[in-house]
Amino acid sequence: MGRALAVFIWVMTILSVWMFVSGRWWFPVAISEHGPAYDRQFFLTIMVVGIAFAAAQVALGYAVWRFRDTGGGVRAVYTHGSNRLEMIWTVVTAIIFITLALLGQRVWFSLHMQPAPAGAAQVRVLAQQFQWNFQYAGADGKFGHTDPRKISDESLNYVGLDDTDPAAKDDVVVQTLVTEVNRPVELILMSRDVTHSFWVPQLRYKQDAVPGLEIPIHFTPNQKGRYEIACAELCGQQHYKMRSYMLILPADEYDSLMALPQAQFQARISELYKKYPVPTY
Amino acid sequence: MAEDDIPNEAHGTEEHAAEHGAAVHHHGPPTSFIRKYVFSIDHKVIGIQYLLLALFSVFLGMLMSIMMRMNMTWPGHSWWLLAKLFPTGAPGGVMSPEFYLSLVTMHGTMMVFFVLTTAPQGGFGNYFLPIQIGAEDMAFPVLNMLSFWVTFLGLAVLVSAIFAAGNGVIGPTGGWTAYPPLSAIGDVLNVPGQGMGMNLWIISIALFCGGSLLGALNFITTLLNLRTRGMSLMRMPLTCWAWFTTAVLALLAFPVLLAAGVLLFLDKNLGTSFFVPAGLSTGTTVIDHAGGSPIMWQHLFWFFGHPEVYIAILPGMGATSHILSTFARKPVFGYRAMVFALFAIGLLGFFVWGHHMFISGMSPYTGMAFSVLTLSIGVPSAIKTFNWLGTLWGGRIRFKTPMLFAIGFVSLFVAGGITGLVLGQTTLDLSMHDTYFVLAHFHLVMGVAAIFGMFAGMYFWFPKMFGRMMNETLGRIHFWPTIIGVYCIFIPMHVMGIVGMPRRYSQFYEIVNGQVQMIYNFNRPTVPLIHFVTWAAIITVSAQVIFIFNFFWSMFKGQKATDNPWEATTLEWTTATPPPHDNFGGRVPTVYRGAYEFSVPGAPDDFVMQTTPDETEANIVTTAGTHAVQGKGDGHNGHG
Repeated sequence: MGRALAVFIWVMTILSVWMFVSGRWWFPVAISEHGPAYDRQFFLTIMVVGIAFAAAQVALGYAVWRFRDTGGGVRAVYTHGSNRLEMIWTVVTAIIFITLALLGQRVWFSLHMQPAPAGAAQVRVLAQQFQWNFQYAGADGKFGHTDPRKISDESLNYVGLDDTDPAAKDDVVVQTLVTEVNRPVELILMSRDVTHSFWVPQLRYKQDAVPGLEIPIHFTPNQKGRYEIACAELCGQQHYKMRSYMLILPADEYDSLMALPQAQFQARISELYKKYPVPTY
Repeated sequence: MAEDDIPNEAHGTEEHAAEHGAAVHHHGPPTSFIRKYVFSIDHKVIGIQYLLLALFSVFLGMLMSIMMRMNMTWPGHSWWLLAKLFPTGAPGGVMSPEFYLSLVTMHGTMMVFFVLTTAPQGGFGNYFLPIQIGAEDMAFPVLNMLSFWVTFLGLAVLVSAIFAAGNGVIGPTGGWTAYPPLSAIGDVLNVPGQGMGMNLWIISIALFCGGSLLGALNFITTLLNLRTRGMSLMRMPLTCWAWFTTAVLALLAFPVLLAAGVLLFLDKNLGTSFFVPAGLSTGTTVIDHAGGSPIMWQHLFWFFGHPEVYIAILPGMGATSHILSTFARKPVFGYRAMVFALFAIGLLGFFVWGHHMFISGMSPYTGMAFSVLTLSIGVPSAIKTFNWLGTLWGGRIRFKTPMLFAIGFVSLFVAGGITGLVLGQTTLDLSMHDTYFVLAHFHLVMGVAAIFGMFAGMYFWFPKMFGRMMNETLGRIHFWPTIIGVYCIFIPMHVMGIVGMPRRYSQFYEIVNGQVQMIYNFNRPTVPLIHFVTWAAIITVSAQVIFIFNFFWSMFKGQKATDNPWEATTLEWTTATPPPHDNFGGRVPTVYRGAYEFSVPGAPDDFVMQTTPDETEANIVTTAGTHAVQGKGDGHNGHG
């Protein structure tokens, strides 16, 4: 029984490690400037985790095989432990874990502790059940005033744009996030009902949109294309298909799209959808 | 330190012992059926009641998980039984998304509260803590009875939500974390299950908090005051240390959840705004709340929720240490380090709740502090793992079923715990948060590992509780598909999470004309794994029938157990099987040594009971009224 258990533990360890290194199941290619740094930190961490996991399992399997009771009345080693060993493994794990913890703050720091770079495009994001609304300021560069009392799904005013505000006249509200390749973008995340979470796997970015808060986040997309936006915080029965798209456009396409008013804006997005299909995996 | 180690009873004279006996043994054996088996104040009966409650809940919870797996694997499929049982929740036998979410919520609530919190602590702890420290009962037997029945009421209220939630769901649909505003104003937003279902959920959890608080008080008082002569703190079995630490965590954590639950109830029903901010909209009208903060709930919830993780796992750690030592025939390696590690985990466990909230909108500075503290908690966890390996090292391992599950616990604890190094980093949470990686992590470590701790405990203590052995062959047949199965279920979930698969989605694809049509393209690589995991889950859950059969069959037909079938050392094995009403039949056991004296050189057997007198020590205890704690096996680490 002991040997069977040891063999099981070893085989399980090999198969588990295989799942991670097979390459079949891994992140989609990163499309943001901080993506590669994220991937490096993940790789470093998963290496440490993998080595510790395999070492512990192999040792457990070895102990189970080697120290099984083989009869003959031989007694076990009588010891209550070793302070020196306790000291060694405490200090060694503490050093490794704390180092990992400190390294694990770098990308976070660069994203969250610094304001969006100058020249970042701004988009206001208002999440609702079960839809993402993206508001663009239009030609005047100013966001129109919004008011929850003006919200009316029936008349398609999802964000409550106040039409008495002159700045609101050229604002565009669509369900697609449009960004320019290699240009930083700042999203102001909000929600008008329950908590949602903005999540684009390829971006390596996720942030909750919380009712009552305006949460600014920024990142720089660096690959053209169309990517899926998912909701990552349980928000109700249609949570599983609260899907939108993120378009990352070259400068000329981006500029010409941004100059369009609401109706044509929407139409152009449909054309761009055809030009940029969602990547298949 | 040595002074702290001395319990009052250790100074005991005969007079003191008699007084002690009188103080505790104030209830004689009951005669009526109701007082004996239903409203019993005997900690042993209450322990078994807790175990049966957990057994009921765990099967309900498992059934729900299988229903969820089947829905996400074969979405749109019409299930005959579902159509019969839930004509509104599953019209035509096809599960609705809201029905799925009510399963998510009920599965989580059942498992976390009514299984992982009840069986290890209320079940095994209740039964064996008093016996292992040589007490006749808990300090407050009536409180003990109350704590069980309040918990039972909590379960009854939760189960009633299955029938009363309405809208074709079987409970609330906001997850076991019940984040507002979805929980507070879900019904205003027409989310099914968030009306009566949510109210019943809050009431159930509030009751559960009350029951757990009573239990925690009882455990702490009992352990501190009712230890028998010679049972110094550092002579206690590690199980007792684990139950004690767990009780302290419960005492500090549950009141916070209780308070949060009351606030949520007020928000939901009486128009207060603790968690609901101003300016929310239904799409037609503005919702009449102002001034609350949804994130405050998350702080309160996780201030409870993170210690709760340790409430679930610490008793399993205790049982594992205990069983590894017993079946390796070797003292626990680094007993003192094990005790400190338990305390360190418990203490640090209160400073890491923010790692559930890195991307919640909480200050990113706070996140960094929580992150470093979170990875620090890996240190005492690693200490425990090293010491378990140290306990096995050089042992003479007997592979009985309890030992198989205890070794399984170590393997699973490592596999599940170590990915905390990934999830504890703020940076990595940018992608991993709320994916299947998280699901894999916590199911392995606090779900499956904790369950393995319970299985180990059940196979180990069953003979003491019911007087008969569980069948060894069936035990092994149960072990193998279970450990293979849980690895097949949860290891793949890690890579599904790396791909990006989000949690709490009722489905990931639709089947149109026999073709899989992804809802999100990035999830496509996970499709074969979704099938694989579902089949693994079905097989693993089916294998639990073997356990149930073994459990009930052995209760009546099992081989009669001797008083000490495992040749173990602690006090529960010194008394009759099953123990009499007052545990030791009027005797007050005296303890002379630490809990894990196996393979002592020169001793006649390879184990020395805690009650076996040592010539000189026995003299000191009876004549001088003091004692000799500094003897062998008091948990002091040996020489390097």
